[in-house]
Formats: sequence, C-alpha cells, structure tokens
Amino acid sequence: MNINHLNGGQKLAVKYYIVAMVLFGAQILFGLLSGMQYLYPKLLFGILDFNVTRTVHINAMIVWMLYGFIGSVYWLLEEESETEVVGLKLGTLGFWVLTSAVTVVVLVFLLVQGGPGDDFTRWFINEGREYIEAPRWADIGIVVCMLIFFYNVSATFMKGKWSGISGVLTLDLVALAGIYIAGMFYTPNISMDQYWWWWVIHLWVEATWEVLVGCLMAWGLMKVLKVDRKIVTTWLYIEVALMFGSGILGLGHHYFWIGTPEYWLTIGGFFSALEPVPLVAMVVHAVYDSGVRHMKGNNNPALAWLIAHAFGNFFGAGVWGFMHTLPQINLYTHGTQWSASHGHLAFFGAYATIIIAMIYIAVPYIRGQEGIGSNLPDGGWKWKWALGLLNMGVVGMTIALLISGYEQSFIERAVGGSTWLGYFTAQIHPWFVQGMEWRMIFGVMTAAGIVLLLWDLLTIGKEPASNQKLQTKSS
Amino acid sequence: MNNITPWWSSESYWKKMAIWVTAFMFIVLIGLTIDTIPQITAGSERVPAYSVINKHIGYEFNDERNIQVPVIGAEDPLFGKVLSEEEAEALVSHGKKITQGRNCMGCHTLLGNGSYFAPDLTKAWLDPGWSSEPERENLMIEFLMDPIANARSFGSDRMMPNLDISRDEAKAVIAFLKWMSSIDTNGFPYNFTVIDKES
Ligand code: HEM
Ligand code: HEM
Ligand SMILES: [Fe+2]
Repeated sequence: MNINHLNGGQKLAVKYYIVAMVLFGAQILFGLLSGMQYLYPKLLFGILDFNVTRTVHINAMIVWMLYGFIGSVYWLLEEESETEVVGLKLGTLGFWVLTSAVTVVVLVFLLVQGGPGDDFTRWFINEGREYIEAPRWADIGIVVCMLIFFYNVSATFMKGKWSGISGVLTLDLVALAGIYIAGMFYTPNISMDQYWWWWVIHLWVEATWEVLVGCLMAWGLMKVLKVDRKIVTTWLYIEVALMFGSGILGLGHHYFWIGTPEYWLTIGGFFSALEPVPLVAMVVHAVYDSGVRHMKGNNNPALAWLIAHAFGNFFGAGVWGFMHTLPQINLYTHGTQWSASHGHLAFFGAYATIIIAMIYIAVPYIRGQEGIGSNLPDGGWKWKWALGLLNMGVVGMTIALLISGYEQSFIERAVGGSTWLGYFTAQIHPWFVQGMEWRMIFGVMTAAGIVLLLWDLLTIGKEPASNQKLQTKSS
Repeated sequence: MNNITPWWSSESYWKKMAIWVTAFMFIVLIGLTIDTIPQITAGSERVPAYSVINKHIGYEFNDERNIQVPVIGAEDPLFGKVLSEEEAEALVSHGKKITQGRNCMGCHTLLGNGSYFAPDLTKAWLDPGWSSEPERENLMIEFLMDPIANARSFGSDRMMPNLDISRDEAKAVIAFLKWMSSIDTNGFPYNFTVIDKES
C-alpha cells in the first residue's frame, strides 16, 4: 500500500486502523466460540474454556475500539490543528509498544490462561476483572502509550490552532486516561473493588467515550456533509452538557446491589433515566443535517455508517439501556442475558459504527480518490451488504438475547429466587435455548458482514470509479 | 440582517453550560463517593468485617425494608476454626486473589457483575444446592477441587472446568464466598431460598 501522499498523522492512523480491524475480526471469532459453548458446552472444554474465549472476545473489543479512536484522532489531527504532528516518531514508537504489549497479553490469555492466587498472577497473567483482565504490567504500558498519544494531541493543537472540537477532545482524553487509573489497584473488598471498577467501565462508555465519539461525529458531519463548523460545535457543547449532566451520576445504576447505600437507588435510577436525552438529540442532529443536504455527501458508506451510529447509539444505549436502568426492573434483570443484549447493541451501535465510518472517511484519501460516490464499478454491493449484514446480525442477536433474558429474569430470578437450581432451570428451558440458537444464527450473519467489510475496505476505490474512467478515456 | 443567534442557541452559552454542568456533576460525584466509601469499607454495617466468617450468616426477610437482608448470628467458625481479624482478612484476600487468578468472573457473576455462563456467586454460600449446613463445607471443598466429578448442572451439560484448585485454595475461596454473602446488597438476589439448617 503506497501511502506516501498522506500527512504524518494520517500515516500513523492507517497503522492503528489496520490493527483495529484485525482485532475486530478476532473479537468476532472468539464471540462465535463463546456463543457455541452455550449450545455445545463440550466444545474446547478444558482447552479454551468459556472464560478464556469470552475474555478474549471482550478484550479484543475494548482494544480495537481504543485503536479505532486513537487512529481517528491521528487522522484528523493535522487537518484540525493546521500543523504537523509534533512527536510523530514518538507516536510511531508508542504504536509499536502498544501493539507488542497487546500481542503478549492475548497470547498469555490463550496459552497460560490463569495462575495461582498471588500477586504475580495479577501482575503478569490475568487480573480476572471483567473488561480490565489485562495484567498490571500491561495497564502501566497502556497508560504510558496513552500519555504519548495525549502529548501528541495536546502539543500539536497547542502549536497549531485550537477549535471547539479539539478543546473538547483534549479535555475528554485527560478524563478518559485518568479514569483508567481508578481500576489499577487491588483490594480484598469486593464492594470497594466494584465501586471503582465501574468508574472505569461506566465513566468510559457512558461519559468519556460518548463525548469522544461526539467529537468524531461533529468532525465527520463537517467532512462528509459539509455542515457548518459553528453548528456542529454548538451541538457538541449541548451534547457534552447533556451527556456529562446525566452520565456522571448515572453511574449510580451500577450501585444498586453491590453493597453501596440505598440512596444510590434514587440517584442512579433518576440520572441514568435521563441518559437517553443526549442520544435523541444526536439523532435529531444527524438526521436533520442529512435531510437538509438531501443525503448528498461525498462519501456514501461513511454517511451510512454515521447514521447507523446515531441510531445505534440511541437504540443500543438509550433504549436498551433505559429498559433495565430503573432499580425496580434491574433487581430482576441485573446480570442476566438482558445485560448481554444491551451490551451488544450498545457497543456495536455506539462505537463500532462510528469507527467504521471514520475508516471509510479515510479510505478515498488512502487510495488517492475524491470520495466514494454512487459510481463505484461494482455498484458498491460489498459495502452495502456489509452494512446490512452487520446491522441486521447485531440487531438479531440483540433481540434473541433479550428473549432469553426475559425468560431468565422470570424463571431464574422472579420464580426461582436466583439459586443455583433456579439458574439452571432457566438455562435449560426451551425458550432460553432457542434464544441462544437464534443468537448463533445472527452471529454467523454478523461474521459474514465482517468478512465483507474487511474485503471491501481492502479493495474499495482501488479500481477507478466509472466516471473517472470515462473522463480519462475521453481526454 | 436578523440572523443574530438567540442566547439559547449560541455557541458560547452552551460552552459555559457544558463546563459548569460537568464540573458540578463531578463535584457531586466526589461528594457522594466520600460519603459512600466509609459505608462500604470492610467492618461497616453494610459490608461486615472479614472476621464475620467466624459467625453464622443468614439471609432473612426484613418487614421494615421489605427485602431480604443478611443476618449475622451466633458463633459458627468456618472449618471449625476461629480466626483473628488479621487471619480472616488474609484468608478472604487469598480467596479473592484466587478468584481473580482463575478468572471466575469469566463465567460467573459476583454481586451480579461478570459473565452469565454460570450461576451468580453473591449468595453461593447460602445456596440450598449445598444440601444442608452441616454438609456444606465439605461439599463445597469437594466441588471446587473436582468440579467435573461433582458437577451439579441439572442436565444442561454445562460443567465447571477443573481449575486445579488445591484443598487450601478451596478453603480460601470458600472464606471469600462466605464473607461476600454477608454484604447488604439491598435485597439482591430477590426471593432467594436459603440452605436448610439441618440435614
Ligand atoms: C454506548 C453506551 C453504552 C454502552 C457501550 C453500554 C454497555 C454496557 C455493558 C457492556 C453492560 C454490561 C456490563 C457488565 O458486563 O456487567 C452495561 C450495563 C448496563 N447498562 Fe449500559 N451501556 C451504554 C449506555 C447505557 C445507557 C445510556 C444506559 C441507561 C439509560 C445503560 C444502562 C445500563 C444498565 C442499567 C446496566 C446494568 C445491567 C445489569 O444490571 O446487569 N447503559 N452497559
Ligand atoms: C458473531 C457475533 C457475536 C457472538 C456470537 C457473540 C457472543 C458473545 C457471548 C457468548 C458473550 C458472553 C455473554 C455471557 O457472558 O453470557 C458475549 C459478550 C459480549 N459481547 Fe459478544 N458476540 C458477538 C459479537 C459482538 C459484537 C459485534 C460486539 C460489540 C461490538 C460484542 C460485544 C460484547 C460485549 C460488550 C459482551 C459483554 C456483555 C456483558 O457482559 O453484558 N459482541 N458475546
Ligand atoms: Fe452504566
């Protein structure tokens, strides 16, 4: 791939994007394995047990999304700051360090898997806390690489020029990196452990990540639809006010049942119930801008994925989150397939979509083209089918999981009283098993979508678009 | 021209709004955290001291709160051995480190958080599946040391893998589970049936 015509930040972004997409593929592969283990518990039993396949599934997701975000920011950095990236060499070094660390962590997860209950295990093998299973040495490595990244972003904007988007972005990155540190300590007290663990998980996905993708969305709408900067910036501030205004105390919806005082039932229920508001606002914003411009942009796949993001975020986080966020409901749904249903639609709808959109924004530049219009030689069937299969696949999985979740919350929770027997009574119920089967069917659809997506990203725009062909012929 | 932006849609208004709202919410969160931390520190009313493993633990319906709450009863030392506060903390801590090192959360939920492939462990100590209180400790040790031979997955074919847990490790894990079952979780799990007192 010849990318010498790109600017420094963009070249680095391409590296991040490539690793992101490889890890996306790995995420799906291990997701398929975990899902199959629900139906065939003997599959890889004793070799790659469920806790191994699932850990790789969700960690690959977190890491590829971080790569996607870092890549996106490097992509827009020089354009937005109107100057060259300050520490490009350092940034490239950071990329290789991070990528080596990730490789080692994944290999250790797969090959060593676990260890005795001592500090060595937590430092070098597995920390055993969902989403942040990465051992402590890797946490420190991640923080160092994030600091390099943060230095590059802030110093470049400082040297070049600031804008509303870059200001929000930079402050948000401070918060994002700072919050990660809340997860980096050991305590025997499980209540204390989960109190801070949720700072990392919730204040990432429902506060700092949301604002980060708000910045990307603002920039993407400007890029793809040529929306006025003043308008997107004002919207971004509204977003920040509404998102942090609800999401920070919305943290309380994870403090209902972990030993924390009863006032969290009220605070968590109230503020998290407001979290959908900014997500509705975003849908209005995106749909309005697209309508005003009659859906005419210079990059059709990117625009489609930006709109998928607006709706996915609204449904996955806003609607699916709201459905179980009140304590009166959460008492029965907490830690059931409801959570898995919401987790899939939210992470895919809010984050996978926008990173894919950002990559599509980059693709024509990488290939030295003007944009991706409707004049693709093959009619663009690959990106259209990838879009359809991925979205239908994930929505299908979400609904299947929700049906299993309903059954589980009634039979295990309400009737069975959450005992061991109650749990298995629900798990072997035909309604539950059918949900798991349908999840696999839609999982395969999702996987087919990924294959097409990767194929499309590797090839789209390589052949000149049809009208360009005509032009060259006639000239 | 009359395109002067009204205050409610001006950029500078929302910029200030964003900053003030964020700062305010963050400060409130810090305040609440300062209030919550002592209440979830081990040795508090809601999260008992680790030496609670020396006591009998129940989970009974409380009419006033209208939920089940943990009830700490008479002396009932784990494995028949009364531990000091330090010994109890060391044992529970070892148990928790084992659950982290073996990635139990990769299949189970603890306090309802984790994975959904295996039963919730919040009140595992009180589960009627352990037959009865006199038999419980032994059954738990046997299960953890050889979960395949002692599988109790009710025809689902799902089994816990053998995680090479030694007898001492099993005891530490059980201490951790017993301590966890004493945490006041605001009635989660709801409608839970507690293990029989006698065989
Ligand atoms: C893009 C944003 C979001 C993402 C990526 C996301 C993702 C997730 C995930 C993965 C979990 C499961 C955590 C676990 O493994 O234990 C979860 C839990 C939860 N989420 Fe979200 N979420 C988002 C936004 C929201 C919003 C806006 C709401 C509320 C309106 C919400 C409500 C909840 C609740 C109540 C739980 C707890 C479920 C339980 O009790 O088991 N989420 N979220
Ligand atoms: C082929 C498609 C997929 C399959 C078969 C699949 C399967 C699974 C399975 C079996 C689990 C474990 C749930 C449990 O503990 O019971 C899981 C968890 C999870 N997956 Fe997937 N997955 C797929 C795709 C995705 C995608 C595309 C995303 C997001 C971009 C995603 C995000 C997650 C998250 C966030 C969790 C943790 C949920 C929670 O703890 O509540 N998965 N997945
Ligand atoms: Fe949350």
